[in-house]
Amino acid sequence: MHEMSIAQSLVAIIKEEMEKHGLTRLHAVRVCHGRLAALVPEALSFAFEACTLGTPLEGVQLEMQDIPIVLRCSQCATEFSPEEGDLFMPCPKCGEGLGHEVLQGKELYLDNIEAE
Amino acid sequence: MEVPVVRNILEANDRISAQLRKLFAQHRILVLNLISSPGSGKTSTLERTLTDLAGEFKMAVIEGDLRTDNDARRVAATGAQAVQINTDGACHLDSSMIQEALEAIDLSGLDILFVENVGNLVCPAEFEVGEDYKVSLLSVTEGDDKPEKYPLLFAESAVMLLNKTDLLPYVDFDMARAERFARALNKDIAVFPVSCRSREGLGAWYDWLRDKVREKKNA
Ligand SMILES: Nc1nc2c(ncn2[C@@H]2O[C@H](COP(=O)(O)OP(=O)(O)OP(=O)(O)O)[C@@H](O)[C@H]2O)c(=O)[nH]1
Ligand SMILES: [Mg+2]
Ligand SMILES: [Zn+2]
Repeated sequence: MHEMSIAQSLVAIIKEEMEKHGLTRLHAVRVCHGRLAALVPEALSFAFEACTLGTPLEGVQLEMQDIPIVLRCSQCATEFSPEEGDLFMPCPKCGEGLGHEVLQGKELYLDNIEAE
Repeated sequence: MEVPVVRNILEANDRISAQLRKLFAQHRILVLNLISSPGSGKTSTLERTLTDLAGEFKMAVIEGDLRTDNDARRVAATGAQAVQINTDGACHLDSSMIQEALEAIDLSGLDILFVENVGNLVCPAEFEVGEDYKVSLLSVTEGDDKPEKYPLLFAESAVMLLNKTDLLPYVDFDMARAERFARALNKDIAVFPVSCRSREGLGAWYDWLRDKVREKKNA
């Protein structure tokens, strides 16, 4: 359950961004998370709700977007997205199964906020 | 209005981690972040390592646990410096906890700092603590599919210790399968089968440590 720490960091960044842009009312928040990052969206929503209770950010729903995993084959450099539930599939082009580089899928970032 | 942000949510932790890394680099201390499920043998590995290499290196340990200081007391019994962090429910250590714990550690002349993370295969993988390398442990009683179920940790680790090999006759743990999954996203991971009980295999782990200490000193 590292979602509580993530929610706290998220709230701090949102506050900073709102201040920077002179905004006072938050409407929406969009978080992007790679599928390798093992984030549980429901747990983050819940933690965010708990962190913002009784604050000006209360009541805002998180919008979460997952980012698919993209690997680069260690042999032939083909880029591919492993199929759901089969992260360790061999390269679809040359069959290599070892040492693929993770190009995408570890991200965890605040993409944008909507506020006035 | 919509404000594009695109900021890493864990940036505050990463920033402190980078500061710690700088501090450790100045002191040329090798820092290892030990991660595994509860009970895989992190503390046992440390007890062996601290005892067997006591004549070669000056080592210290930061112990992370939900509660109790049992592990810190176990490793302190070897003569090494040990500091306990109680996370009070948090499932992982973060950089600010390490920063605080460092106040109780004498860094001068230190060769290796081990950080034993809270027993958990998921959360600690996301939070850097200023380490040079992550070392993951997997015991043969846990099942050989762990690297498949928890890919991030094994993709980010420099070493996978496969512990409790003395129990192999009693479980069906396929060493090759565990290794294959770990290498799928991490070809160069060093895999060391060890037993803290029989001591078998620990030599290869110690040689890896010697290599990395040497690299750090010459960096
Ligand atoms: N048979 C056998 N038992 C082991 C071995 N290594 C550790 N154990 C036992 O496994 C249990 C857990 O070991 P610890 O070293 O405390 O594990 P840990 O990973 O530090 O556990 P937490 O800190 O609670 O997450 C203890 O009872 C150890 O004696 C081994 O190589 N073989
Ligand atoms: Mg322990
Ligand atoms: Zn290929």
